[in-house]
Amino acid sequence: MSNYLPPEYLVRIDEGRCRRCGECVRGCGFGTLAFAHGAWKDAMSVFKHDQGDLQQVLARIKENVTDRVVADHHKCVQCHYCVSHCPEGAVSVQPNPLAYRGNHHWRPEYLKNIWRQANTGGMVLTGAGNDKAYFSYFDHMVLDACQVTNPSIDPLREPMELRTYLGARPDGLELEPGPGPRGAVLKTRLAPAVRLDTPLVFPAMSYGAISLNAQKALARAAKACGVVMNTGEGGMHEDLYPFADWMIVQVASGRFGVNPGYLRRGAAVEIKIGQGAKPGIGGHLPGEKVDEGVSQTRMIPVGSDALSPAPHHDIYSIEDLSQLIYALKEATEYSKPVSVKIGAVHNVAAIASGVARAGADIITVDGFRGGTGATPLAIRDHVGIPVEMALAAVDDRLRQEGIRNHVSLVVSGGIRHSGDVAKAIALGADAVALGTAALIAMGCRLCQKCYTGNCSWGITTQRPHLTRRLDPDRAAENLTNLIRGWSLELKEILGALGLNAVESLRGSRLRLRGVGLPESDLRVLGIKNAGV
Amino acid sequence: MVPAAASCTLCHAARLPRTSAAAATISPAGRNRCRAVAEHAGRPGALKKVGEEMREGMVRIPSGCAISGIMSTKGIRFNGEAITRSIACMHERSNGLGGGFAAYGIYPEYRDLYALHLMYETPQARVDTEENLRRHFNVAQSELIPTRPLPQIGEAPLLWRYFVRPVREDGADGLWEDDDYVTAFVMTVNREVPGAFVFSSGKNMGVFKGVGYPEDIARYYRLEEYEGYMWVAHGRFPTNTPGWWGGAHPLGVLDWSVVHNGEISSYGVNKRYLEMFGYCLELQTDTEVIAYLFDLLHRRHGIPLDLVCRALAPPFWKAIDRMDDRERELYTALRRVYGSAMLNGPFSVIVAFQGAMVGLNDRIKLRPMVTGKKGDLILMGSEESAIRVIAGDLDEVGSIRAGEMAVARLEEGVVV
Repeated sequence: MSNYLPPEYLVRIDEGRCRRCGECVRGCGFGTLAFAHGAWKDAMSVFKHDQGDLQQVLARIKENVTDRVVADHHKCVQCHYCVSHCPEGAVSVQPNPLAYRGNHHWRPEYLKNIWRQANTGGMVLTGAGNDKAYFSYFDHMVLDACQVTNPSIDPLREPMELRTYLGARPDGLELEPGPGPRGAVLKTRLAPAVRLDTPLVFPAMSYGAISLNAQKALARAAKACGVVMNTGEGGMHEDLYPFADWMIVQVASGRFGVNPGYLRRGAAVEIKIGQGAKPGIGGHLPGEKVDEGVSQTRMIPVGSDALSPAPHHDIYSIEDLSQLIYALKEATEYSKPVSVKIGAVHNVAAIASGVARAGADIITVDGFRGGTGATPLAIRDHVGIPVEMALAAVDDRLRQEGIRNHVSLVVSGGIRHSGDVAKAIALGADAVALGTAALIAMGCRLCQKCYTGNCSWGITTQRPHLTRRLDPDRAAENLTNLIRGWSLELKEILGALGLNAVESLRGSRLRLRGVGLPESDLRVLGIKNAGV
Repeated sequence: MVPAAASCTLCHAARLPRTSAAAATISPAGRNRCRAVAEHAGRPGALKKVGEEMREGMVRIPSGCAISGIMSTKGIRFNGEAITRSIACMHERSNGLGGGFAAYGIYPEYRDLYALHLMYETPQARVDTEENLRRHFNVAQSELIPTRPLPQIGEAPLLWRYFVRPVREDGADGLWEDDDYVTAFVMTVNREVPGAFVFSSGKNMGVFKGVGYPEDIARYYRLEEYEGYMWVAHGRFPTNTPGWWGGAHPLGVLDWSVVHNGEISSYGVNKRYLEMFGYCLELQTDTEVIAYLFDLLHRRHGIPLDLVCRALAPPFWKAIDRMDDRERELYTALRRVYGSAMLNGPFSVIVAFQGAMVGLNDRIKLRPMVTGKKGDLILMGSEESAIRVIAGDLDEVGSIRAGEMAVARLEEGVVV
């Protein structure tokens, strides 16, 4: 049956341009391109049909077999590695124009998945984030700007502040008269916090899901930009120890790589409860991606699947979470903030409120567009809610409860540009995490095949000949550039809003307007319609 | 607690927990009510004040302004002519759609009583308010605020004043400070009694304001007949026609009054921050936000006044990073904890309360503010001319720098 599945993409080689250098053949992580395969068939057909003599066949083979690049279209995932690396511009990839009988309900993707499952009896796996055409609230919100009555501020000429602290804050400060500055001595001792020079972070992407080189790039960029990355649930490779001050260490249900040294090393500790791409289910690292390095860092055997359980086996209720939070605080001697990451689900506001009351210092809310290394397609595409809605609801609830200041809010899940960042901050986020965008900056083309471990770009793979392509310095530079670019744009947006510090945008729903949103959605988002 | 009577709005307000420093939050019931009222107010046909959808509280109205303030640090009282001359000098900074004054030390004979100034738009409003008032206060004096008819002043509401003392027979003494009790009453009336508005509620001080040019408002209220040791004034240039006397400035609660020139670009953040501490921002004005922020930080959290100013217009991180350890720790804490209280955007503001007057400018000085000194007089104003018109040969004159403040206080031992 599998042969009946038509290829999704067609790879075309321009014979006239191709100079047979083999860059594409070596480059494809999925084995799509090869010398010879088609030419060999040609030669055989000469032998069969033309009754040609053996000398003639060998001549044909010599002439063609090693000298033509042919594609097995079925294997192409449209990652563009071949296209990007062909020095002659001879490779192109197109969607297979094969026509299906038009059917709005039974679209080709559903037919193909049914065929796949009829063949294998398995779950359809996928990577990256939800790609379905769900409504985007980001695309239906617009930001304000100053005109006349309050002046805009020019970030090229005036200071513009993006510095952000992640951590718990008290409701107020206690000061007492004394010999301090301005005759006041600070009595309140502030809880530990993570300082960010710009309100952006790299979210959890584990060593295992992504390559060590990709993590090195993230770590170097985080240090260079004064932000943080997150180890994900795969532990911390010792090569990254020098960057530990710019890394949040994650504790997930599999507890991979967790030990006291790991906890104390990071800038903060994050408990992963859920993930936007797959709320309610655990991690899936296929054995193919567990090589020596991953094995040692995660403390599991080489080649074994690393399947972290859906719930933490010591957290079956909110009070259990509280115990783990305080266990981690004890383990780190209350020197680091503890973050809790939850997927955006229907009841996210109440959950976040519980998490805040359980003692978390930071809450990360991951929306349904959030990425993953591997998840069942059925979960990725159909579970969870948009991060805009989740964020608005969480921020509202925490304010209603009067505990918004007790936690910092980080949101992630499909943040595409600085406009999304600004809108998220105006909805109430303290900082915004960019995961998929960071991978894209390193070369990712969103082929969604992360779970195969074949990533041609060397990002979501552990195969040495693929991972070595990703130069951590070069990729770190790309990431640094991206953070810098978005930060500059954020400053422009703040300036246009007449603000010179990002905290003056945080939660300012008044500076957002909805365009084309129904009343019910405006109410959840807490914003007015444009023109009002 | 206040005895529960179904019609008594203050009784509902009394369910709010007493506001005490750091731990102050508002009960869910109180918050929901706040929202319900806001939604109620936003519905056509259910407006608090009938038929005026464009007034403060219904929409946000940006304004340009003139401000001015005079104080005698020796507590010597003088009449309203000087401040009127000062604000009149900046006539073109306002457009006749709002003017007002706050005067301190004008009611020495009632110095221990709260002086409530009210606007009534309907006779029923007065009946409803007074019913509430007499339930919760001993009213020592109840009278019309004297005015002088002027062609320049259009239709005015009924202006009434009461000198009152809270009745504490409800056993609420242990739970409520007098100030909180009065604040709750003011907020309740303003929110829930149609056609009534309390625009002044301090002791030994009064706010006088309305729709018109400030110099006309001064004559209308006969301010030359009052004597105070400290006066602040405001002339308003709103971008549309509020036409409502309550929307004029100064705004404030208790003996706090705020006059302000600017537009706070961070209004939305500040508003939601204050709401978390139980404040209901009814008027959608920056001035209200400033008044409440001073109340929260200074009165409730006990932050010294000059550090309140530093929290509202904080130094830049670049400057903080250069400070010595102790100073850096303090300012970092201020910014981390009170980041949402930061006033961002252009403003110059004068905040006055019994015994002190504080001038504050925004972080990058986007609005003018000049201060001067002449003998025991401290003067502040949007323009130097507004100061010089009162005292030509000043001992000192200067601008308040970006993010800086000027404080004038009564001298030690002066009683007003």
